[in-house]
Amino acid sequence: MTEIWDGLRAAFWLIAHLDANLVEITLRSLYVSLMALAIACAIALPLGAALAVQRFKYRRAVIATLNAFMGLPPVVVGLIVYLLLSRSGPFGVLGLLFTPTAMIIAQVIIITPLIASITHQAIRELWAEYHDLLISLNTSKGQRIMTLIWDGRRALLTAALAGFGRGIGEVGAIIIVGGNIDHVTRVLTTAIALETSKGDFALALGLGFVLIALSLLVNYATHALSSTERSGRW
Amino acid sequence: MIRLMSFLLVLWASAAASDTMKLAVTTSFHNSGLSDILLPAIKQDTGIDVQLLIVGTGQALRLGRGGDVDAILVHSKAAEDAFVADGSGTHRREIMYNDFVLIGPADDPAGIKASQTTRSALQAIHANKPRFVSRGDDSGTHKKELALWADAGFDPNNFTAWYSAVGAGMGASLNTASGLNAYIMSDRASWLNFNNKGDLSLLFSGDPVLFNQYAYLPVNPAKHNHVKADLVARLETWLAGERAEGMINSYTIDGETLFTFNAKR
Amino acid sequence: MVSPLFPLSVENASVTRRGKRLLGPVNLTLPADGFTVVIGPNGAGKTTLLKVLHGIERLSEGSVSWSIATKEARNKQAYVFQRPIMLRRSVQDNLIYPLTLAGLSRRAALIQADDWAHRIGLGDAMDRPAPQLSGGEQQKLALARALIQSPDVLFLDEPCANLDGPATRDIETLLRNAHAAGTRIIMTTHSIGQVRRLASDVIFLHQGQVHEHGLRAAVLDTPQTSELAAFLIGDII
Repeated sequence: MTEIWDGLRAAFWLIAHLDANLVEITLRSLYVSLMALAIACAIALPLGAALAVQRFKYRRAVIATLNAFMGLPPVVVGLIVYLLLSRSGPFGVLGLLFTPTAMIIAQVIIITPLIASITHQAIRELWAEYHDLLISLNTSKGQRIMTLIWDGRRALLTAALAGFGRGIGEVGAIIIVGGNIDHVTRVLTTAIALETSKGDFALALGLGFVLIALSLLVNYATHALSSTERSGRW
Repeated sequence: MIRLMSFLLVLWASAAASDTMKLAVTTSFHNSGLSDILLPAIKQDTGIDVQLLIVGTGQALRLGRGGDVDAILVHSKAAEDAFVADGSGTHRREIMYNDFVLIGPADDPAGIKASQTTRSALQAIHANKPRFVSRGDDSGTHKKELALWADAGFDPNNFTAWYSAVGAGMGASLNTASGLNAYIMSDRASWLNFNNKGDLSLLFSGDPVLFNQYAYLPVNPAKHNHVKADLVARLETWLAGERAEGMINSYTIDGETLFTFNAKR
Repeated sequence: MVSPLFPLSVENASVTRRGKRLLGPVNLTLPADGFTVVIGPNGAGKTTLLKVLHGIERLSEGSVSWSIATKEARNKQAYVFQRPIMLRRSVQDNLIYPLTLAGLSRRAALIQADDWAHRIGLGDAMDRPAPQLSGGEQQKLALARALIQSPDVLFLDEPCANLDGPATRDIETLLRNAHAAGTRIIMTTHSIGQVRRLASDVIFLHQGQVHEHGLRAAVLDTPQTSELAAFLIGDII
């Protein structure tokens, strides 16, 4: 119990003094996870919507695979990406290993299935609701997807936040492909792992509380910006 | 727009051109805190930004073999010799040594405090079978531990439940030992720098057989031509140089020196 | 103004799903003017017939042919469902939706939307989320959304089935006005009273087939078939 208090105190001091190291790894955490989120959403949102609306031969198989990939163990993803990006691997010449880019790649792979799956579920429900109307109004496929994405944006926002949460808290994959190099690829979660392994629980907890606070902040900010609870809107 | 692009281009170009190299080091080396002291001095004297990947010896060798780092600093002579022999490294340069110590519960149920040699200490442990935590991760420390058990006449593969191989780095293993109030073999530096000692204390040390040699091995540029061979060579010269010698020999934790410089110039 | 879509000819149309025949074979010709109401017991195929005419249900056999190309014809039709399908948007945004789909500018669409909202008594509720409206209000909105497209043909599937008296009256007034303004209306209903109030001609559908088709007075007062006679006096057939 004392360690948790020590952790809270450590967090408080780190933030109050705007510890330079903390600021650096926090910004890097945000950079990696937000970039991964942006790329993942660009892939997953249209993919999820298209899967809901478009009928094609292997649709069921693709949906099942997508849902299965949600359960991909991140550390396995990290290992595979590492082997691909390693100098002795197929993409070694790109020199991406142990860079933030490698971390972004790993996180994109991890969070895209999650976002796509939630998107698909939400859009499918909405499509079932709108189906007859949109067909009757002679909408094109593109118009349908746009309408569904816009009207379903609250659910899509939830999907994105779920993806962000998965990404910002991830450590297994990014510690392998990033290498946790100080001032280069160290982020909040990998720093926590390092401090824990050194037995410095107070600092590790402190960083942990910073991470939690960051996650909450992003969620609150998103909800405030999208005025979800304002004026009794749906 | 053009100005922004050219600014970014210059930034990228300078980043690409800056003297950075990747060095894989063991967790025991990093946990000692010595790297935090040396890195700024290296940057100052040579201009090199050394990017440390802190991994177990096994993974360090793997990174070296794969060409994902430019050089490695580990402490496992047999593995190092093999590394050079198979052409993955150009040579091995001894830099410094520290020692291993036997840690255990303060009340010492196996009674190793009174032992004269490592061999008898391990025999006492085996006789009493208290909880014992092993690195179990194929690291330099782990290989050393196995060699010591072999020398005392035992094969840990035959040990029963009192012996726990955790497959983790030095810090994590110490955490586990602290949590279990178990015996563990650690390098002195990691032990002194460890923040979660709990009820454990240093029970046995000083036997020359516990000395632990660190060596620097450049990755072979003939095998991986992207390796920054000149930076690697400059770092090697620095590590074997006078300033490094002074810093390493005077590095203390709680008044105790940890490493002894022994590079031959 | 006679719509170029008509006459509408339905030839040998039938719909079979999972081995069960839902409709057909149906042979019909519908002229350009009229307020056609389709009646029949539950399961007769009224909804299927309507959907097939509008083209949102696939035919298993036969054809539905407008007098112009089907693609063009689609754009001049609108459909109101038994349970109103509301977009999860405001009243205003529901109304402008079909217009912006067709390429009209938002500003121009808003003017029309405002006009229609007032006509259905929702002029002060433009910003209200449509899903929060009452059943009657939603159906009026759905109707306005259909009529805002200035369709040549308006299909309605039992539009007042779930509405109370006042709401029904409002809907019927809107339909009468639309018809007077030139919109061809084809609708289904359960209420014989509604048939009497609105229809110019009546189709009696039973077990997927057209048993009778004629002017309202003739069909209702002098049924030619025993099934219709039984249906009109309230028997279950």
